[in-house]
Amino acid sequence: MLHIYCPHCEEYREEEEFRPKGEAHIARPQNPEETSDEEWGDYLFFRKNPRGAHHEQWYHAAGCRKFFNVTRDTVSYEILETYKVGELPTIDDTSRRAAK
Amino acid sequence: MQHYSGFELVKHGLSHHENWQRVWRNPEPRSQYDIIIVGGGGHGLATAYYLAKEHGITNVAVVEKGWLGGGNTARNTTIVRSNYLWDEAAWLYEHAMKLWEGLSQDLNYNVMFSQRGVMNLGHTLQDMRDINRRVNANRLNGIDGEVLDVKQIQEIVPLMDCSRNTRYPVLGASWQPRAGVARHDAVAWGFARAADALGVHLLQRTEVTGIRTSGGKVLGVETSRGFIGAKTVGVVTAGNSGVLAKMAGIRLPIESHPLQALVSEPMKPVLDTVVMSNHVHGYISQSDKGDLVIGAGIDGYNGYGQRGSYPTIEHTLQAIVELFPAFSRVRMNRQWGGIVDTTPDACPIISATPVGGLFFNCGWGTGGFKATPGSGNVFAATLANGKAHPLAAPFSIDRFISGKLIDEHGAAGVAH
Repeated sequence: MLHIYCPHCEEYREEEEFRPKGEAHIARPQNPEETSDEEWGDYLFFRKNPRGAHHEQWYHAAGCRKFFNVTRDTVSYEILETYKVGELPTIDDTSRRAAK
Repeated sequence: MQHYSGFELVKHGLSHHENWQRVWRNPEPRSQYDIIIVGGGGHGLATAYYLAKEHGITNVAVVEKGWLGGGNTARNTTIVRSNYLWDEAAWLYEHAMKLWEGLSQDLNYNVMFSQRGVMNLGHTLQDMRDINRRVNANRLNGIDGEVLDVKQIQEIVPLMDCSRNTRYPVLGASWQPRAGVARHDAVAWGFARAADALGVHLLQRTEVTGIRTSGGKVLGVETSRGFIGAKTVGVVTAGNSGVLAKMAGIRLPIESHPLQALVSEPMKPVLDTVVMSNHVHGYISQSDKGDLVIGAGIDGYNGYGQRGSYPTIEHTLQAIVELFPAFSRVRMNRQWGGIVDTTPDACPIISATPVGGLFFNCGWGTGGFKATPGSGNVFAATLANGKAHPLAAPFSIDRFISGKLIDEHGAAGVAH
């Protein structure tokens, strides 16, 4: 069972209160008219799917009902940090290797 | 290859079964092959077998980082069916089903394919509309299917609670009599043995660490046992497809998720078919050994950890106990997770890539086992001819750019 720190509620809650919502920081194309099919396809369907640190969106469905972001290791499932939408992650695979 | 038969069994009995030939060899890698297949699971081994058998290409290596059939082939819940909604998917899975029906004879290896029927339950009016639509679509494609009412369901599965007193009463079901189960390990072993006999090299404990390319064309693979060359490389690595794609510098519309399954303690026969429910989210069958084999949907988050979360197990067993109250006292023996590579439309990717000579067969998500012979068959043709087999063509990666998706979430979302 994951214990997830909700940055809005400012407390740890159990995994069952949350819903994972996939990769975070995917920017919608700025100019839809000028966006090619390849770019739309990439935005809609193609994902990083890393083995290691993953920045992803979670939804506090049975709590504050707000979205936030999580950096989580996809092998150990360890949650490395949580942060609000609009903020940037401070941890990725490069910084983790440097910290070791 | 030593032929397996009843006579051989008796003959070897006389020498205490001590003189059986090894099932396959463990060769040293050559420096160059015609075709390399990355991934020694069911799909990869089937690809190698059909390359040798149907296309006469035997200078082939299957490169496997662990042991043969040790990934999702060993972790799935062994269900085989072909009742998919859309033509493209139905044709592909039915192609596999037809191969399943003669597979034990073809491979001279008992894959224990048992056509005991698969039942997909409906619990709401919309479920029943979808079931009717899917069964009609199946029948138009020449795939067997029936819509059952509650009385017919109860006759087939007397143990199931079909009363009106449950939270989600059973209203009906779709039924595919030709569907069933097969022995998952035997499928990998049977394909491995038959491919080996035709001259294919099975390179176990050989991990691919890189894909060497030059001028946009593939040259071979870097492995833990050195570089191995080939002008054609087929990647069939299920949950790790994304990792391999990264080595080749391409992106895939895939996310890897844990998918869990459980088996109970062995019991006397109580369930002689496969029961699935999308709505209460669970499915169950009983193996020949007697244990109940149980599964449900994927864990929602991305993961490569080959284990899942407790809430998913609890949710799965709630559904099973709701359907079969008698199973509430059954103890679970083992639980495990496999890593499935899910695509946005719940259909596989069998495709060329921007790298010349490099092909991917992946994205089978939660339900690849049923397609094992069909997947290998069409992928072998794709590798041998350098262009997609007609049944594989709609599953090109280009569909995620053109938008021509084949949405099979209804047939593959929970039922695997």
